Amino acid sequence: MRQVNQVKLGEEFIKSRAHREMHDRCLWAARMRRDAVAASIPEWEEMRELASEIKLHTLSNLDFYLEQFTANAEANGIHVHWARNADEHNAIILEIFKSHGVKVVTKGKSMTMDECGMREFMAKHGIEINEADLGERIQQLDNQRPSHIVMPAIHKLRSDVADLFARKLGSDRDIDDPHYLNSVMRADMRKRYCQVDAGMSGVNFGIAETGGIVVCTNEGNADISANLPPLYVATMGLEKLIPRQSDLPLFIRLLSRSALGLDMTQYTSHYHHPRQGQEMHLIILDNGRSERLSSPDYWPVLKCIRCGACMNTCPVFRRTSGISYDAIYMGPIGIVLEPSYDLYKYARLPYSCTHCGSCGDVCPVKVPIPELVFYWRSVVVDHNDELFTHNAEETLAEPILESAGNLAKAEKVGLWALRHIPKSIAESGLNPWAEAHDDPEPPEETFRQYYNRVIKPESDKDTPKEQS
Amino acid sequence: MKVGFFVPCYIDAIHPKAAISTYELLKKLGLDVEFIERGACCALPELDMGFLKHACTLEKGIAPLVVDKGYDYVVVPSGICTDQFRSHFDGVEQTPEVVQFRKTVMDPVEFLHDVLKITELPGKPSFPHRVALHNGCHSLRYLLEARPSELMIKPFDKCADLLRLVDGLEVGYATRRDECCGFGGTYAIWDASCSGQQGRDKVSDYDRNGFKYVTSQDMSCMIHQQTVARKIGLDLKMFYITELLNGDAQP
Repeated sequence: MRQVNQVKLGEEFIKSRAHREMHDRCLWAARMRRDAVAASIPEWEEMRELASEIKLHTLSNLDFYLEQFTANAEANGIHVHWARNADEHNAIILEIFKSHGVKVVTKGKSMTMDECGMREFMAKHGIEINEADLGERIQQLDNQRPSHIVMPAIHKLRSDVADLFARKLGSDRDIDDPHYLNSVMRADMRKRYCQVDAGMSGVNFGIAETGGIVVCTNEGNADISANLPPLYVATMGLEKLIPRQSDLPLFIRLLSRSALGLDMTQYTSHYHHPRQGQEMHLIILDNGRSERLSSPDYWPVLKCIRCGACMNTCPVFRRTSGISYDAIYMGPIGIVLEPSYDLYKYARLPYSCTHCGSCGDVCPVKVPIPELVFYWRSVVVDHNDELFTHNAEETLAEPILESAGNLAKAEKVGLWALRHIPKSIAESGLNPWAEAHDDPEPPEETFRQYYNRVIKPESDKDTPKEQS
Repeated sequence: MKVGFFVPCYIDAIHPKAAISTYELLKKLGLDVEFIERGACCALPELDMGFLKHACTLEKGIAPLVVDKGYDYVVVPSGICTDQFRSHFDGVEQTPEVVQFRKTVMDPVEFLHDVLKITELPGKPSFPHRVALHNGCHSLRYLLEARPSELMIKPFDKCADLLRLVDGLEVGYATRRDECCGFGGTYAIWDASCSGQQGRDKVSDYDRNGFKYVTSQDMSCMIHQQTVARKIGLDLKMFYITELLNGDAQP
């Protein structure tokens, strides 16, 4: 299997100036809206701290809350299933669909189902799943993964969408007006909604005290999935619990403000039991989560509420897009999550980070992403033998050492080289630094030389010599 | 007050002016400053790449140079290296002396602003120009030398407070005032394309705002930005903050 090379994929996106500038501008605007709405709430920082503490408390007592949640959900008439991994998850849902003769499904956005490769699995078994979220549907039509967890097609220009719709839905390629494109999609989807056998969605919050689930969307994609068909199947990662109904408003206040800079998601839907005549199933997914919970260094990652604020603020993500991570989860949270699913495949992701720390500071539940980046880099180095065909030091540090002159690893050689090596050689492609940088101007002397020439003789003069 | 002066490797080799200005400023302020001659790499590049064992070896070499030497403070003219000592120096046994070192190691901004609490600068330096202030990410978000724009706390900016003591100097900021410039230590080599793009975006931001001069408490960011600016032909001059505070910056 191959290793994902985010740097190389990102470079392609960077080279497409129109895409890069649009992507950066849209996500930076989301970050600015987030700053503005957060600043309007005097208790913002207390809210982040409280949300973090509630999550840490829940994770520390997860066995208790999971049992409480399940008992309450079942008492409300929800069929609760437990899936240890993606295979079990998909098999459980397939069984439910088979027993109900399901052929066509409409689905709200769910990163957790993406994590299980559920849609591709169902396609193999002849079950058609149609995404109800516009961005997610665009990505489905383009046979491409979402590039952002809350804005799945944000890396696409309007003209890309017009082109896609022309190919797939027969619209006019030359019209990239969003209203037109929306109406094309709406016309196509409406007829599909009317003949679905089942609906699916993810879960934002599970409330232990009531056994209910809460789904937040801006387009009502979960609502149409849950409310139209006679069968509703939801998937929840087991870390999504909060203890009480009264804890919910705090998270609702933080979620959309952090994600998009909106006061609230357009739809915040509460499902406590199946509606009359409907059957409702909930799959609780582990898929490595309990193992993550057992790691003393890594478990705070489970606090994440999947708002995407870290992506909007990440200077690398904004310039390279989520597509470059070639993973389910992307951006800052992605580079610390994905190696826990497949260390070999994603061994290079933790290095796609400048350590600016912005992700940790925007995170509404204080996931210590910068610390987790350090953690994963040390894990990668520790697993050198399994991960790299040769020494990790060579694999990871080679490009660094090649530029030792510029990074002052070898002061004398470096300074000599700066003064004497012709630019044509220094910029010959062996030196990655030279792609974007001019050479630093070599100083006349180092501080050490200055010290020995100027400071030391002065201070020796001041200090009276002892008589021997 | 006895101050140990630790000069990081890249400052020594590439921009020694940062160390010279800092050293001279501390001397003018009447302090007993001792250059830690055997100090060099703070172990950040090793830690940054995940080579904890190498970082640990370097830290074991540094500890005897800075611990128990009678220093009231150790001043390091580099925010990233100061943060390495403050936040990550745990490859050595955490004796009370090591803990004390990690509390009293400072970059010049913290030392001048929080310890000496200076209200005027020796020699009354003057720099009658608009200067863009780039708070380096480590100094900003890990050492908390200013309010990071992400945090909804009371605004403050220690570098700006100090720069306002320079006669005629007008402090300004890029439009994206504290977005990372893309240096990121080893990152600039690991991912030269994105690092370069971030750098170009940053220096173009200064240029659009009409700045000719930029300063920071992190010379690593300045070296990155300066060389990116020169590569794309922008006329920008970058200074380490003490070059301005000590009156060494030449327009």
